[in-house]
Amino acid sequence: MQKEYKTITEISGPLVFAEVDEPIGYDEMVEIRTPNGETRRGQVLESTSKFVAIQVFEGTSGIDRQSSVRFIGETLQMPLTEELLGRVLSGSGEPIDGGPEIEPDEERPIVGAAINPTAREYPQEFIQTGVSAIDGMNTLIRGQKLPIFSGSGLPHNDLALQIARQASVPEEDDESEEGSEFAVIFGAMGITQEEANEFMDDFERTGALERSVVFMNLADDPAVERTVTPRLALTTAEYLAFEKDYHVLVILTDMTNYCEALREIGAAREEVPGRRGYPGYMYTDLATLYERAGRIEGRDGSVTQIPILTMPGDDDTHPIPDLTGYITEGQIYIDRDLNSQGIEPPVNVLPSLSRLMDDGIGEGFTRKDHGDTANQLYAAYAEGEDLRDLVNIVGREALSERDNKYLDFADAFEEEYIQQGFETNRGLEETLDLGWELLSRLPKEELNRVDEEFIEEYYVEDESEELAQTAD
Amino acid sequence: MSQATATETTDEGVIESVSGPVVTATDLAARMNDVVYVGNEGLMGEVIEIEGDITTIQVYEETSDVAPGEPVENTGEPLSVDLGPGMLDSIYDGVQRPLDVLEEKMGAFLDRGVDAPGIDLERTWEFNPEIEVGDEVAPGDVVGIVPETESIDHKVLVPPGYEGGEAVAVEDGAFAVDETVVELDTGEEIAMRQEWPVREPRPTVEKETPTTPLISGQRILDGLFPIAKGGTAAIPGPFGSGKTVTQHQLAKWADADIVVYVGCGERGNEMTEVIEDFPELEDPKTGKPLMSRTCLIANTSNMPVAARESCVYTGITIAEYYRDMGYDVALMADSTSRWAEAMREISSRLEEMPGEEGYPAYLAARLSEFYERAGKFQNLNGSEGSISAIGAVSPPGGDFSEPVTQNTLRIVKCFWALDADLAERRHFPSINWNESYSLYTDQLDPWWRENVVEEYPEVRQWAVDVLDEESELQEIVQLVGKDALPDDQQLTLEVARYIREGWLQQNAFHDVDTYCEPEKTYQMLTAIQHFNDETAEALEAGVPVEEIVDIEAASKLNRMNTQEAYEQYIDDLKSEITEQLQELY
Repeated sequence: MQKEYKTITEISGPLVFAEVDEPIGYDEMVEIRTPNGETRRGQVLESTSKFVAIQVFEGTSGIDRQSSVRFIGETLQMPLTEELLGRVLSGSGEPIDGGPEIEPDEERPIVGAAINPTAREYPQEFIQTGVSAIDGMNTLIRGQKLPIFSGSGLPHNDLALQIARQASVPEEDDESEEGSEFAVIFGAMGITQEEANEFMDDFERTGALERSVVFMNLADDPAVERTVTPRLALTTAEYLAFEKDYHVLVILTDMTNYCEALREIGAAREEVPGRRGYPGYMYTDLATLYERAGRIEGRDGSVTQIPILTMPGDDDTHPIPDLTGYITEGQIYIDRDLNSQGIEPPVNVLPSLSRLMDDGIGEGFTRKDHGDTANQLYAAYAEGEDLRDLVNIVGREALSERDNKYLDFADAFEEEYIQQGFETNRGLEETLDLGWELLSRLPKEELNRVDEEFIEEYYVEDESEELAQTAD
Repeated sequence: MSQATATETTDEGVIESVSGPVVTATDLAARMNDVVYVGNEGLMGEVIEIEGDITTIQVYEETSDVAPGEPVENTGEPLSVDLGPGMLDSIYDGVQRPLDVLEEKMGAFLDRGVDAPGIDLERTWEFNPEIEVGDEVAPGDVVGIVPETESIDHKVLVPPGYEGGEAVAVEDGAFAVDETVVELDTGEEIAMRQEWPVREPRPTVEKETPTTPLISGQRILDGLFPIAKGGTAAIPGPFGSGKTVTQHQLAKWADADIVVYVGCGERGNEMTEVIEDFPELEDPKTGKPLMSRTCLIANTSNMPVAARESCVYTGITIAEYYRDMGYDVALMADSTSRWAEAMREISSRLEEMPGEEGYPAYLAARLSEFYERAGKFQNLNGSEGSISAIGAVSPPGGDFSEPVTQNTLRIVKCFWALDADLAERRHFPSINWNESYSLYTDQLDPWWRENVVEEYPEVRQWAVDVLDEESELQEIVQLVGKDALPDDQQLTLEVARYIREGWLQQNAFHDVDTYCEPEKTYQMLTAIQHFNDETAEALEAGVPVEEIVDIEAASKLNRMNTQEAYEQYIDDLKSEITEQLQELY
């Protein structure tokens, strides 16, 4: 179908409507040539026997009624090859690093098919990130989708970079020849040039670029292109994971910009909006991205996703974090208060969660006491947090000795456990032992989430005595 | 999906427009809710609107590349499921296509345009007749029994739409599901397979008041907020509060004969967990694999949205079929919010006038239609069966005032409110005891008295009172601190703490604690009550409250949950408490 139409009837925001006299497939790719010779790409959003609605990725400015519209006859494809590693591409998949053209081994439609649940393998292998707040408390598992919930001006990018830099799987350490390789796919949507530089500098400094594929849609690139960027990134990820056996870590930032783009298109189509003007199908749309993480039985690779989103007004009931949280397998919260206290990374573990953690830790995976220790740390920190409110009212003296211990614990937990700096890579053993060191400042009887056997083995006796003496 | 077996085409139309899952066609003779095949690839869809010459269709598969001008074929039949042996131990998508068969046909990723019958048409089953030639049978009657899995006997019923009559031929032996096993003098033939339209409830004689609890093995549910066999419950909660774990626990341990688990628009990995876990788990009562009583329906969030809309109906129709055999069925739908959102999505593509928050105006009606299909029933054949429907609700932002939660609460009689605060401090199951309720308690009390222990309701009431008192006292503590309270109230707080930590908390991942039989639930509570009574006495005798709460045995109250031989442990603990307290005065 190479027929050209000069039948544009309406241009509205990112949408172009054109009359056609032959059937056009839904989702089909379109090329629009403007009078001054530029070519814009787009996609069919609605197709009827008389007209089609086209969503133009590169913006509609400069398109007029005389522009020609050509339908490619197929849906948007991503050219795929292992050679993509080390390359930097634009948000619509064109190389922007000055390197050679991509010679694909194959092309795949970017709208990925759903993985059949019976073909999935339940993710159980732990990824060590070297960050205590994650490894110890909210363990990341290969094949998981674990977003970072952040706010404007918080160091979520530093944390993402730290994870990308340090992530390793225990298997790699043991038999480095045997294990699958790690690859990082970085999909940037609407981030500023400065942020982009920060990422690129870090990638180049640490040599991570050669095992990465970068997709860059910057803040001043067309918003509609953002709806394509994550799909290109994930199609590449699936190819590398399930065809080439890589363990792929996909970092998508910032999902909030992606959702804004969805809303823009929805508004231009005059759709009935859902909450806060976002389209009613946003849950389904986000799910078709996030659900592309996972493992498949009989394949060695895996796709792990860390989407980053900035919550407007730090409000996690806003539709973007809310719908995300319902799809992803947990979330990591970046906290403004902790950040202002100078804690690095400022992860608030209380609302954070990793849903796959329970099945990927413990004996045979990490260490047998991992689950109990994490639970106890949670409970104790939560109790300390509660008491802080009380202290503000009644003062520390009015509290019992037990309560004071919890308060001290909460402070120590933030300052020693969570605080580690963006450059420190803590091993898992170190994280777990640190946890015990903190727990040992509480009386043994208080550790009701931990199996007695573990208390026997890991509880550090001196700590509590020391403390008891100073308390006397 | 059953339509693979329905080949008749009553008419053909032509696609007029395509927009996501909504396709319109012209020149199609169709009734509302007819199943149609769309486009050159024959994608399955359902008629949802007819206006003039235009028929609107929701398509159960991806519509990329489908173009106007392609044909639409009408089967002339409403969306139906296949009912017959082979449904247990299976996993289906939202329109009853077996996912394992689809995997064989098209690999790890779900392609489209592939159809497969809901039950295997080739496989033969051992049919053991229950009637003889000459017997009169009516719709709903059992004509034979098929051993379907090791725990469930599948009863072959006269389909409800039949006239019924005298049996003129009765077979015995192995047959495929479509072969006739009983012939009636009316000329009607009965096979092991029958079809039923999913949007229509299967007929019964009458609905009865449920009086037996559905034992879940979860202390907070059995102990405080029980659901009846044939009851309805909603589990609303923000993300991360443990809806899915609670649903899984119920699917694993509830003492229903059959479990239908509908994963509606949820995570792929969660369904995989169920698929991998259940075959390995044993039913605590029978010792047989749990999977042999379970039917799974998985329509994950990235699978087509129209099939998500229908998966809840597919699930409840299968549940009704087993109910007709006289079984107690538990249906879990996780999550009904995703189902409601699917309705919203389709509705907005139809450009219908939206109701609250963009949901269609018929949301409340659809929800109540669904929950009304649950209940304890007298079946056509005189047997009794029940469907307990437990729906998870995922309110946006955890705000229970949103339309799906509110409309659900108007219908269901159990409300298990999940609480993000409790989840944050890892109190699981994070069901808030102050907000939750069960309207079944009164009608179930006689059962507890008779089958567990006479004092069950009283002990429960005691626990509820302590927890109520605690929440009042906590407000004061927030202001003045714990030490400012009188001694007896400090003790109450301590007792309440043990009820919370030792009794209400339950570790789903602990081998022993994951299931707690009603007897143990009761015993554990009496131990805490014993502690309460004894400490009150000690306090009266003048022992300072700090010493009382410090006794060594007390912390053991938090370890009762993980004891396998709990009877001995609890007995010993009670005497230890008494002894240690008496040493103090």
